[in-house]
Amino acid sequence: MKFEVLKSSVGEWLKGTGPESDIVMSSRVRLARNLAQYPFVGRASETERSEVEEFLRSRLSKTSVGSRLEYMDLGGLEDLDRQFLVERQLISREHADATGARGVAIDSAEQVSLMINEEDHLRIQCLHSGLDLQAVWEQIRGVDKEIEAVVPYAFHERWGYLTACPTNVGTGIRVSVMLHLPALVITRQIDKVFRSLHKISLAVRGLYGEGSQALGDFYQISNQITLGRTESELINQVADVVPVLIDYERRARDFLLEETERNVHDQVSRAFGILRTAQTISAEETMQLLSRVRMGVLLGLVDDLHVSDVNKLLVRTQPAHLQKMKGIDLDTKDRNIERARFLRSYFESGSSDEN
Amino acid sequence: MQCQQCDKQAMFHITELETGNVRELHLCEDHARVYLNQAEADSQQDDSDDGSGSIGVGQTAKELSEIDQKFCDMCGITFFEFRNQGRLGCPHDYVQFEEELEPLIANIHGEVKHTGCRPKRDKSAEDQSVLPESTEELTSVIGMRKKIREAVEGEDYEVAGTLRDDIKKILHKWHAEEPTK
Repeated sequence: MKFEVLKSSVGEWLKGTGPESDIVMSSRVRLARNLAQYPFVGRASETERSEVEEFLRSRLSKTSVGSRLEYMDLGGLEDLDRQFLVERQLISREHADATGARGVAIDSAEQVSLMINEEDHLRIQCLHSGLDLQAVWEQIRGVDKEIEAVVPYAFHERWGYLTACPTNVGTGIRVSVMLHLPALVITRQIDKVFRSLHKISLAVRGLYGEGSQALGDFYQISNQITLGRTESELINQVADVVPVLIDYERRARDFLLEETERNVHDQVSRAFGILRTAQTISAEETMQLLSRVRMGVLLGLVDDLHVSDVNKLLVRTQPAHLQKMKGIDLDTKDRNIERARFLRSYFESGSSDEN
Repeated sequence: MQCQQCDKQAMFHITELETGNVRELHLCEDHARVYLNQAEADSQQDDSDDGSGSIGVGQTAKELSEIDQKFCDMCGITFFEFRNQGRLGCPHDYVQFEEELEPLIANIHGEVKHTGCRPKRDKSAEDQSVLPESTEELTSVIGMRKKIREAVEGEDYEVAGTLRDDIKKILHKWHAEEPTK
């Protein structure tokens, strides 16, 4: 069963190995595509949605990329398993919560995922660790080219690739990088940064948090415009701003070390202390504390822990991952107890021995 | 909180103050964008008549309601339904509602012409003419399927049969045949 494999591994994007991975968690590109011969998903009948799924599955299996992927029928999965895939960033929350015929094809490295019958008939996603947008683009363009050779995408000379929502029309591309910006949050410069990003039409959202308040200081920067510029221009728009943000964050980290090292060290140590000893802990608190510890590791304030350990814990302490590991459904209260137990044993057993 | 237009999480909480009326809206990012674009266009209508091209500019309420009633020949969605849901019904909507969508799209993207990649079909395909300028012909089968359903309801099986053959021809031409079961 595929889930057993997923459970014991972590996605490539969590390895914390790519360029600038002290600040850039991951680089992602997704393309929105639709079949020309069917209504968009929201207006398709149940039968038409099944036909779309069948058509795409059958055509994908004829491509070399498709044959390497594992296909999962999302309607046939348990809620918990769908939630697991969301936490893994292999499908969107909307895709998990929807109804009707839909599925996802995933490669074993968890870099490529093809979502069928999400908001659009096909959403191609490619995800790498660290700052790696050019490689992500080359990989996803390769996948897209293979698919477009055998699938008639809806396309219009003027409007480009046609999508269910006009906010995606044209290239259908969404380029995003996930950044860990704790020092900019602590030094209260983050709002200023966001205002300047909005001015150049880039969107910012918190990764796990709701609204603009990002949990654990993780922020996703992405392009908002999809029409009238080439894919490369849109990628560069995001790629060009990231080094600037990295520089700001590094300077803020240096400032914290120089000016308030005792305080920062104290915050990091307290966070680590709670994670190692808590008896019950919520997902939100875990995220906040792991964020502090992650910064501490990178500033050399924490020994015996790697960034990749923290990255793994960020995913494994989420609700569905905890329950899959435990093998049973748990309510919030029991999850908080299990989360604390898992964290204690992870830190006790010495962290880096796991795959 | 859930978006009032779809299943996504509501990220925007808007309170509209109208004469004697308070209206609360809870919308996801996409629907909020569509709604706010619309609101902006409406307000431009109120305070200017420079004909700057946004929806509603210089148009009367009657004309606006006529636009809302326009529907797509293929999937049948009305412009009103689109405005409410923020999602179009099928690829043909971009042709059918081109005039109405243009200001909206210009508002979102600042541009009205695609300059990026274009799909290339299988090079080994015999008929290279199917490499698309647009995929309108293939999209027309959506409307033909609707006509088949109507014909079957009216027990006009001959018409339904002819339409099925026509669809097959178009799908074949575009190498979009349904998978054999």
